[in-house]
Amino acid sequence: MSERKLFAHELEARLDELLLLSLRQRSAAEPAALLEALPRELQERVLHWAGVAAQTSDDLGWLIASLAATQAAGLGAQLDDWVRAGLDAYDRSGLAATRKALNEFTEASKASALRSQDSVAFGAIEGRLSRFLHALDGRALRLVSGPKAWTDTETLWLPERLDAAADAAGNRRLYKAMAALLWAQTRFGSFNVDPEPELEQWPDRERALAWFAVFEAMRLEACIAVELPGLALEIAGLRGPWPAELAAAAAKLAEPDATVADSLACMAALREIGVSPAPTLPHIGALDPVAARRVRAARITRELAIVRRALNVIAAADTKAGAAENSDYPPLAAEGEMQVPDPQADLLALPPAAREAAKSLMQDLGEIPPEALHPAGPGAWQPVDGINESGAVSVTTQPDAFYDEWDYRRASWRHDWCHLYEMEARAGDPEWVDEVRTRHAHLIRSIRRRFEALRGEDKPLKRQFDGEEIDLDAQVEARADRKSGSEPSPRLFIHRRRIERSLAVMFMVDMSGSTKGWVNDAERESLVLLCEAIEALGDSYAIYGFSGWTRTHCDIYPVKRFSDRYDTATRSRIAGIEAKDYTRMGVAVRHLSGLLMRQNTRHKLLVTLSDGRPDDFSDEYRGRYGIEDTRHALLEAREKGIRSYCVTIDRHGADYLPQLYGPAHYSVIDDAKKLPQKIAEIYRKLTG
Amino acid sequence: MNTAKPASGTDVRGDVHTPATPLVYLASEPYYHATGDELDVFEAAAKSCLPVMLKGPTGCGKTRFVEHMAWRLKRPLVTVACHDDLTTADLVGRYLIVGDETVWMDGPLTAAVRAGAICYLDEIVEARKDTTVVIHPLTDSRRALPVEKRGEYIEAPPDFMLVISYNPGYQSVLKEMKPSTRQRFVALDFDYPEADTEARIVAHEGGVDDTTAQKLVKLGGLTRKLKGAGLDEGAGTRLLVHAAQLIARGMTPAIACTAAIARPLADETDTRDALDDLIAAVF
Ligand SMILES: Nc1ncnc2c1ncn2[C@@H]1O[C@H](COP(=O)(O)OP(=O)(O)OP(=O)(O)O)[C@@H](O)[C@H]1O
Ligand SMILES: [Mg+2]
Repeated sequence: MSERKLFAHELEARLDELLLLSLRQRSAAEPAALLEALPRELQERVLHWAGVAAQTSDDLGWLIASLAATQAAGLGAQLDDWVRAGLDAYDRSGLAATRKALNEFTEASKASALRSQDSVAFGAIEGRLSRFLHALDGRALRLVSGPKAWTDTETLWLPERLDAAADAAGNRRLYKAMAALLWAQTRFGSFNVDPEPELEQWPDRERALAWFAVFEAMRLEACIAVELPGLALEIAGLRGPWPAELAAAAAKLAEPDATVADSLACMAALREIGVSPAPTLPHIGALDPVAARRVRAARITRELAIVRRALNVIAAADTKAGAAENSDYPPLAAEGEMQVPDPQADLLALPPAAREAAKSLMQDLGEIPPEALHPAGPGAWQPVDGINESGAVSVTTQPDAFYDEWDYRRASWRHDWCHLYEMEARAGDPEWVDEVRTRHAHLIRSIRRRFEALRGEDKPLKRQFDGEEIDLDAQVEARADRKSGSEPSPRLFIHRRRIERSLAVMFMVDMSGSTKGWVNDAERESLVLLCEAIEALGDSYAIYGFSGWTRTHCDIYPVKRFSDRYDTATRSRIAGIEAKDYTRMGVAVRHLSGLLMRQNTRHKLLVTLSDGRPDDFSDEYRGRYGIEDTRHALLEAREKGIRSYCVTIDRHGADYLPQLYGPAHYSVIDDAKKLPQKIAEIYRKLTG
Repeated sequence: MNTAKPASGTDVRGDVHTPATPLVYLASEPYYHATGDELDVFEAAAKSCLPVMLKGPTGCGKTRFVEHMAWRLKRPLVTVACHDDLTTADLVGRYLIVGDETVWMDGPLTAAVRAGAICYLDEIVEARKDTTVVIHPLTDSRRALPVEKRGEYIEAPPDFMLVISYNPGYQSVLKEMKPSTRQRFVALDFDYPEADTEARIVAHEGGVDDTTAQKLVKLGGLTRKLKGAGLDEGAGTRLLVHAAQLIARGMTPAIACTAAIARPLADETDTRDALDDLIAAVF
């Protein structure tokens, strides 16, 4: 805005009007005088927010206006966030809390302005680090920020911001070293021995843990050096040489067969000679063995059960299996082989999920305990037959359709097992879609441009009966044909026309309860972007949500039928997609591929947006049964000529995807926030 | 290594014009390190006159394998890189006008059939659908190539062999191969070799020492874990060989790997940075 600033009297009048001040015997003269110095744009923002706040309460409006008068200049572009923090606090705890929240925000923003240019925020390095860790061996770790650096062996916490190093590059290296050492704790068994007996000998637990962390850091650095020498060198560079009195311990812990027990032995030795405070090194995170061992114990129980169950399945070896396996879909388990697995058996025979569990157990225990390798007695793998329907929603109306479900244990169908209802999709707030479109305006524009290029790929079609240009090759050939006495082809022209894509796409959107929150938001935003993009392409497409609650209540929500246009009604149905119950996937695939088959296009594509594996209220659909049924449904679709693709936001459970979709036909997105950006790109690759 | 001998341009009718022959006679053994029973399977298929399909990610040795087999079976090799503008005439042949005469020129497929060669159609899915059908009669018991323009029906000699390759990785649905085509072939699955084998290949092909080769293979393995999590596909053996070759020319491993591995794999900043971190970690 290049308009002139407002003068104090003008500001006063506008505030008066917005806040109805005259009625409350307050004067806007003072705030108006302060606001006069601000640029017009900021003045308008303040007036805008004062008005917004006044709609909630006059007092709130006054508070915002009067505080903004003194703080707006310092806040600048952060004014909007500042107000939002205040409004948020008001909604939660009232006026006093609002004042506090606003003042705190200002303090924090001043502090961050003072912060050196060299510091690095977690958010700026998260993507890079999480990929880095993902590529390293070992089980998947979740990366989040928290007050201190530590790991419970499944989640890795790193500080919100680092500025210990001299420059930004140094701080990034520090983040990496910290993360690598924490990764190494879980990879090289820092929690495989109970440290309590040693820790209890120390009068000061804090100090004991600090020393424990230092000795482990020495050991782990050496472990890292074996496979990733460059990384180990970098870490060594960060810490500088160990103090002379620790050199002996460092050498001992660097021996190839050192374990966490040796670190504990170093602590005991230290106790003998008297304890000083541990050296503090910025790259060494904290150790919380109690929390970590708790997580580890739960994991061991879980994974032992998985391995044992898989072995039972193999042992139970229904030999009828292997029926016409499509080679693109590796069999779930090597059925029919391996009667009684011998101890420490070749774990490669296990299905992938169990193999991962077994690998993880090897990390936690150093071996697979022999008892896991003996199939437990009968009853260990006994999926509930029949469904516990207590608590299921009672159904009064007649289902729209019945579907068979595939029972892999019987290797046959359960007839008319699933009751499908086409429900009415709830209409949400259409403004939400507008908001998304505004927020992603830039992204949408660039996606559309790329999609248009795809569509307008104006390929010259050679050898046509007619067209805009003469096809020289064809002319020459025809002439040659005529001369040699054979009949020339009449297809002598080049026709420049858009290639008919002839593609129908069905988006099948997971509306299960687990998508609540971020995932649901991401799904909806992605659908908006997809619609915008596909509209540019002209492919025909439909969006259906699915959810349900046991086999008698499988729901399908038409958000956009193939015949629907992308109009306000459709948009508000997209906005209205919400997290509901469970994920009984097979029946949804069957129903939606049926709808897709009615489309008169040459290519048909079924894209699933989901956050995890098939699952339902009862145990039955959980685990292998659900995966097998879904797989069967996808194979049926494939036989009809439908290609399936799955986009999933689920980085832990992704092991089952290759079995469901085939190795090439899925993408895993580890962070819901990235879904909208990724999805259009995936679609473009998939259909380009 | 490869010597291209001009194939004889003669034909029963004496009017076949074969300008740049696509036939390659491999004089010396192309280096190929077997990773399974592929040599035996291929040889058996060749003797049984069965066509072969090679599946696998990019840069894992498919082309090299075919070259090696051509040498081993002492048959000439014709390679066609398929693309979406490839017409039937491009494969089978066409009449040209030379002066005021028409001359027939064999396409690479026809040339291969006549010569009893191995015809390798690389990335077959890229070719137009109407083009791929010309291979059908060659891939069943007929084993013949009808050349409609000339009213000729060429029966393939026993030495003729058709090999196609296909990358089942990240691919457009519009380019899927039809079952009626797929099921005509004996299929060999290619994948990245085991670490030791791959290190030997990298050392041999890239001219680096074993330690460097092992590190490159380690790096390759790490990038492959990023498939689906930042990368469409991890580094193939080819990229590792390229990096090795740069290192052998005196570049530092970091620069070589960045240029030959990281950059070709990723554009996105986070992934690129993570790849740089991995390179720094391994070396
Ligand atoms: N088993 C192997 N033996 C010897 N060299 C190999 C082997 N595997 C890969 N290579 C090396 O990798 C390089 C790439 O292999 P090649 O060109 O055969 O890949 P490709 O599978 O045909 O890939 P694309 O699908 O991209 O065509 C070869 O030049 C060779 O150096
Ligand atoms: Mg090749």
